[in-house]
Amino acid sequence: MPDYKARPPLSYYRTALPGVDYSELQGKLIVIEGPDAVGRSTQIRGLKPWLEEAGHAVLDTGMARSALAGKGIKEAKQGNTLGPVTMTMYYLTDFADRLENEIIPALRAGVVVLTDRYIYSVMARAIARGENRAWIEKTAGFALVPHAVFYLRAEVQDLITRVVVGRGAFDYWESGLDNGFGHNMYDSFVRYQSRLIRVFDSLAVPYGFEVIDATRPPVEVFESLKTSVSRIFEPQEKSQAEHPRKPAQRVDALPNVKSASGRK
Amino acid sequence: MPFFLPNRGPGRLIIVEGIDGSGKSTQIALLSQWLRLRGFAVAFSEWNSSPLVKETTRRGKKKEMFTPTSFSLIHATDFADRMERYILPLLKAGAVVCADRYAYTAFARDVVRGVDRAWVRNLYRFALKPDLAFYFKVPLETALGRILGGRNALKYYEAGMDLGLSRNIEESFRIFQGRILAEYESMIEEMGFHVIDATKSIESQQQEMRRIVLREFGLVRPPGVLGVDLNAARLHA
Repeated sequence: MPDYKARPPLSYYRTALPGVDYSELQGKLIVIEGPDAVGRSTQIRGLKPWLEEAGHAVLDTGMARSALAGKGIKEAKQGNTLGPVTMTMYYLTDFADRLENEIIPALRAGVVVLTDRYIYSVMARAIARGENRAWIEKTAGFALVPHAVFYLRAEVQDLITRVVVGRGAFDYWESGLDNGFGHNMYDSFVRYQSRLIRVFDSLAVPYGFEVIDATRPPVEVFESLKTSVSRIFEPQEKSQAEHPRKPAQRVDALPNVKSASGRK
Repeated sequence: MPFFLPNRGPGRLIIVEGIDGSGKSTQIALLSQWLRLRGFAVAFSEWNSSPLVKETTRRGKKKEMFTPTSFSLIHATDFADRMERYILPLLKAGAVVCADRYAYTAFARDVVRGVDRAWVRNLYRFALKPDLAFYFKVPLETALGRILGGRNALKYYEAGMDLGLSRNIEESFRIFQGRILAEYESMIEEMGFHVIDATKSIESQQQEMRRIVLREFGLVRPPGVLGVDLNAARLHA
């Protein structure tokens, strides 16, 4: 289990953003990750008011919601001509805009940022489509290392049930039809989502995900999340005051991870 | 570590680089026309021209929303779209693709904006390595004279106003272009640019480019490179 109290104040994975003073970031960054239809947004809808009730200011954000690129991505997905590298780049543009214009200012103000997906989804989609892992890891390396990443994990069969019962139809992109994973949407969905789950699994250890069993009913998942999220806040004030910017061991174990204290 | 993926052809990729006002666009237009007349199937691709990201770029520029990182990424998105949908398939088909600006523009410009050098170079790892890269070398004052004399409306990002170098747009453009020029100059050796002296006449620069193309590609259309046989065409006329 990730040792949250040892996590340093926020820092970046590999590459610093120009003009950001990382020592100013006071808030908490919490990521909910996982494949399509696993129930991320349901959990965030529950977590936000729960955190607010505890007195935290919460910003919730998610992929393709940036003022800059959100609309462009939606339009690009209307046509069927979005290539895998282009898609990756477009999502990272969206992410960079939200990171610099929403997430970082919120963290500076001490807000709890709750994000539906993070760079791991962008990375997983690119890797599942055959793009080079080292390339995308370096490219997305300007992201902040979150305080916690909760990976809602389920099997493909669970996702299928949720898609069919909840939405009634398969989606072109969620089925990976752009990359021709199968001859029909069902086969393609199964193959693409299985591959995505495998990629997410492979990111879990290096990126310190806490795996949440999302095959259980949403209320049980919510209870687990609440327990884990509470832990982020418990040791907060004390440990930071006593050990300012002490790099966490598990973060140091990641190749090329730089701590905020390593910079000027 | 290679910067780009190898172009496995059979088409050929020719690119031009240089600061604003170096005359590179004029030269690549003349070169592609010449290649067309010699029977080559020629395609042309311009920096920042993908219809897919056009609206996003316009929105960002109009509202001045870009940070150095998002500015870099939207240009990489534009480039990726042109690479995946246009440049790569055309090269596979055997066309000669002429590109006005390439990833080197990002290497120079984004670094001047403060983006990490290694990061932006990794960003473009998916790009194909050009078969010929021409760099139009010109003193700053000559290029500025061409630009500032020719039109009066410098744009915000084009002038590097986002960097806060000067409140005066012309002064900002001057400093920004000077820094980009220094970045280009430092890349010449490393990237293997064919340097064209852009202070010479348009005609002599074009002659030099054609001489290099003939030297690199040979006098006859190489096997696999797409085009029409002009002699055969003439016989049937």
